[in-house]
Amino acid sequence: MHTKLKIREFLEQFFGDHQLRDDEDLFSTGYVSSLFAMQLVMFIEKEFQIHLKNEELDLKNFQSIDRIANFLEQLKVENV
Amino acid sequence: MKVQLTTNQIEWRQQFRRFAEEQVKPYATQSDRNERLSEEIMESIRSSGYLGSMVQEEYGGKGFGPITQGLLNEEIGKVCSSTRAMLTVHGMVAIAIQRFGTEEQKQTYLPQLSDGSILGAFALSEPDTGSDAKSIQCKAEVRNDSYVLNGVKKWITMGQVADLILVIAQLNDGPTAFLVEKDTPGLSIEAMTGLMGNRASMLAELHFNHCVIPKANRIGKEGMGLSAVALNSLDYGRYTIAWGCVGLGQACLEKSFSYSKTRKQFNQSIGEQQLVQKMLTEMIVEVKAARHMCHHAGYLKEINAPESIMETWAAKYFSSKMGVNVANHAVQIHGGNGYIQGNDIERLYRDAKVNEIIEGTSQIHEVLIAKNANMAWIRS
Ligand SMILES: Cc1cc2nc3c(=O)[nH]c(=O)nc-3n(C[C@H](O)[C@H](O)[C@H](O)COP(=O)(O)OP(=O)(O)OC[C@H]3O[C@@H](n4cnc5c(N)ncnc54)[C@H](O)[C@@H]3O)c2cc1C
Repeated sequence: MHTKLKIREFLEQFFGDHQLRDDEDLFSTGYVSSLFAMQLVMFIEKEFQIHLKNEELDLKNFQSIDRIANFLEQLKVENV
Repeated sequence: MKVQLTTNQIEWRQQFRRFAEEQVKPYATQSDRNERLSEEIMESIRSSGYLGSMVQEEYGGKGFGPITQGLLNEEIGKVCSSTRAMLTVHGMVAIAIQRFGTEEQKQTYLPQLSDGSILGAFALSEPDTGSDAKSIQCKAEVRNDSYVLNGVKKWITMGQVADLILVIAQLNDGPTAFLVEKDTPGLSIEAMTGLMGNRASMLAELHFNHCVIPKANRIGKEGMGLSAVALNSLDYGRYTIAWGCVGLGQACLEKSFSYSKTRKQFNQSIGEQQLVQKMLTEMIVEVKAARHMCHHAGYLKEINAPESIMETWAAKYFSSKMGVNVANHAVQIHGGNGYIQGNDIERLYRDAKVNEIIEGTSQIHEVLIAKNANMAWIRS
């Protein structure tokens, strides 16, 4: 499945009917709580089979669907 | 579907049980009375390597998975809640370093935390701040190549003896995590005594008065002290507390079950009385249910599933309530014999209560679980 689709599928449970744009800030929508960041990181690690390093655990990398997808893409390039 | 411990996990459980019975239980009452874990417990816990149960093997730990960690906390929680509390807060520091620490912090502290040459404590609460953790007032400021901490932390488990304290303080109005070594000038430690339960958990109030620590001692990013570092540690804290409650409930159950068979009134054992049977049944079912919830949360942690976070909140909420209820029944079944020192039941009863207060009170769990529940999770 396409990366963005996988991310959307996970986010659906938190955002319900809200139509998320790819560039929408996930953390300022008011839909998610303080636990969300931790759940999102766990999802990314599990779904994409990676272990995020401390320096990569920066909210900026996870702020929107676009950002997450770009970040994952960048990781792939770095690991090649 | 298969809900079954692996052979390895069963073997570890046997070892933990033997360790708890032989090395911890004999000193639990004395530790409770003296409000201090006995030297025997401290020594055996150190040499067991269990202080490093949550640390990866490459840093000198045991590298146990979540289920095995849970089993350890159940067996220790069954005999001494204060010792279990030490494992919890120590582990909260270790896993913070493991997840958010720099390589240097990992190399410096994890091997020592694992072999018990240093003990950890976790300092978030303050005299005026408990449940509303983001309102902490302890402050950190940058000065040259250092941070300067000012403020007071209260209720810090193992604070009297910890060598390394994970402190959450406001840095430019963002909660940030710092590692503070015990002997740092400007840190003074005041013992707290007179607790109702978990009396040997050596609580302290920590006073930071222009306490200067190196810049290298920040852990995690600025402003991420609560939302990342503490949240991750508290998740581990809640998980191990939930398991500890299962152990406590199991101890109450086993003692009550035996007592109900031997204690005779009206020419028959009290266990023949249906009202006593009702209490025993509630105890059996609640302990089993709590253990299942802990297993489930543990399994989700083993597969790194995001749902494990909510499942851990649920397990801690249920298990802590179960502990109080089951301990209450245990006192009732023991009658006067459950209400006097020298019988573990009165200690278990006192120890049970705090689990509804720490790592989020039951009310905070009630608010948070309902708020964060979504269809996908409640259907799972
Ligand atoms: C034995 C023991 C060990 C501890 N160890 C540590 C430790 O190692 N490190 C550490 O940092 N802290 C520790 N603590 C502190 C503990 O985490 C706090 O006591 C806990 O977070 C509750 O805070 P509080 O006591 O200030 O209660 P408060 O937050 O003042 O709450 C008082 C009451 O109000 C209720 N309440 C508050 N807010 C709400 C709300 N929004 N909705 C509904 N009800 C609400 C609470 O549920 C509670 O019933 C320890 C405490 C004890 C007793």
